[in-house]
Amino acid sequence: MATQTRTLTGAGAAARRSEGVWRDAFGRLRKNKLAIAGAFGVLFLLFCGLFGPILAPWPYQAQDLQAIAANGNEPLAPFQNMSHPLGTDQLGRDIMSRLLDGAQVSMTVAFVVQLVVLFIGIPVGAIAGWLGGRTDTYLMRITDVFYAFPDLLFIILMSVAFRETAFGRALNGVLLVFVAIGLTAWVTVARLIRGQLLSLKETEFVEAARAIGVSDRNIVTRHLLPNAIGPVIVAITLGIPTAILAEATLAYIGIGVQPPRASWGTLIAEGQGFIRSYPWLTYLPGFFIALSLISFTFLGDGLRDALDPKLKGKQ
Amino acid sequence: MVGFIVRRVLWLIPVLFVVSLITFALMHAVPGGPWDREKPLNAGTVQRLNEIYGLNKPVWLQYLSWFGGMLQLDFGPSYQYRNRGVNDILRTGWPITVQLGLMTFAVAILAGIPLGIVAALGHNRMPDYIATAISMVGIATPSFVLAILLIIVFSVGLNWFPSRGWKGPETWVLPVVALAGYQIAQIARYTRASMLEVTRKDYVRTAHSKGIRDTAVVVRHMIRNALIPVITILGPIFAFLVTGSFIIENFFGIPGIGRLYIIAIGVRDYSMIMATTVIYAFAVAFLNLVVDVLYAYIDPRIRYS
Repeated sequence: MATQTRTLTGAGAAARRSEGVWRDAFGRLRKNKLAIAGAFGVLFLLFCGLFGPILAPWPYQAQDLQAIAANGNEPLAPFQNMSHPLGTDQLGRDIMSRLLDGAQVSMTVAFVVQLVVLFIGIPVGAIAGWLGGRTDTYLMRITDVFYAFPDLLFIILMSVAFRETAFGRALNGVLLVFVAIGLTAWVTVARLIRGQLLSLKETEFVEAARAIGVSDRNIVTRHLLPNAIGPVIVAITLGIPTAILAEATLAYIGIGVQPPRASWGTLIAEGQGFIRSYPWLTYLPGFFIALSLISFTFLGDGLRDALDPKLKGKQ
Repeated sequence: MVGFIVRRVLWLIPVLFVVSLITFALMHAVPGGPWDREKPLNAGTVQRLNEIYGLNKPVWLQYLSWFGGMLQLDFGPSYQYRNRGVNDILRTGWPITVQLGLMTFAVAILAGIPLGIVAALGHNRMPDYIATAISMVGIATPSFVLAILLIIVFSVGLNWFPSRGWKGPETWVLPVVALAGYQIAQIARYTRASMLEVTRKDYVRTAHSKGIRDTAVVVRHMIRNALIPVITILGPIFAFLVTGSFIIENFFGIPGIGRLYIIAIGVRDYSMIMATTVIYAFAVAFLNLVVDVLYAYIDPRIRYS
């Protein structure tokens, strides 16, 4: 009976404390104006990505040739004709619809790539950090090799090698982009988790868990990983702009998402040649890329300051 | 320290081995080869070409002979330029890429560090806001978008600099600035954070209370200590320069390695792709090593074992 009571208070206290940590962090985050602005930017982009196809006035590949012909075969400028709020390109495709489709591509890449990263990074880091010894050495050597491989080079190689295969064509090339970017990005998370586990596994609460006979697996999944999650959230958030940028760059040089799907990078590449006559074709997607890079970076910085007050001020 | 350096240098060998193995496997994983043309060559020609270039041998043997050649710094013949070896092509492209990289790096440091220092010294006042705004633009603008904007303003609009080529100082300005934008922003952010960190340190307060002039405190005590953590991001910055150079070289028509790489990928010039990948991987790994050693040298508290 006595034992039971003690266990209960212990568990209750732990729950209260961990909830407190997150609440404190959220309180600090809320005071950070840049981070809140970033969070709103992220919400806006997510909204565009999720509901883009519903909101889009036209299908992204539809050509409104009549509108173009009525305009003397010139693309419509933004706000010129309210059936195409942000104008059209020279093929009569609605810019707003293409931007929204680009938002969907970018947001999917942003989040699916991070899933790939977690899926590889957490197990590799956790196994290396927990088992230590030879396993740790081997896993970290593999990680080092991937770290040494220049990211964009690897992504370009993957994209070109698999472009003509069924895997490369899946979802208009979006799947290949996920995998290629994810395979280069997991290294940071693996290293982070390993480092956290190496220091956490020497702590007293792990010793205590071991003493009462908790299995290795449960110590890692229930006690160690939840304690290591803060830095991982930060790394994941800050990894998103990198992934978005990589995707846009790939699409810009023409080996990422395949037409007729529109990535922001593709839109810039298409508009670039007409920048003097029709600047909005380049500026609008450029603005969206900038918005997403800034929003995720600010949110990530804010999360870092909020979750680890010791690092406050370090950007 | 010497042991650490030796071990890290030896470690480069397996890294390059695996990187080249992955590259080789990726290139051979899919159908298509260097002789694919719009109009197919006849079978006899293809067979003869394969014999000349050793492409009829088993794949593992091809790889081993390539690796053996690479250890002697011989990257083999190029498949797209029939009469030139890869080494020959690299010799013309490499100096240009290195020059672009070094100039960009210098610009990034010379602009980024002062920007960060100014921001930190004017914390939460005008200089800070201006510097933060500049680094925001740097982070938010991909190099190819920055390149477009620079050309619009300085090449088309003001006609100050040419928009293409690599033929003298006036053609260097735009590519270097386009490539440096993101780096300047990152370095400025780190420097600012690091400066703010040392502002609160006891030794800075002591220096102030001893009556040392403000400039002397900033220069001798704060900047020197604040720059140490900044060194750690120079490694990733180098890596970013490397990958950034693909886009920028292509954009401005600069005949460096990055442009050669994109062209080689398009025509499946196996030996050229292998050579550029390995050289880039070597450059990134080597520069990371240099940064680590430099870090230990500058901050004596750091011990590598």
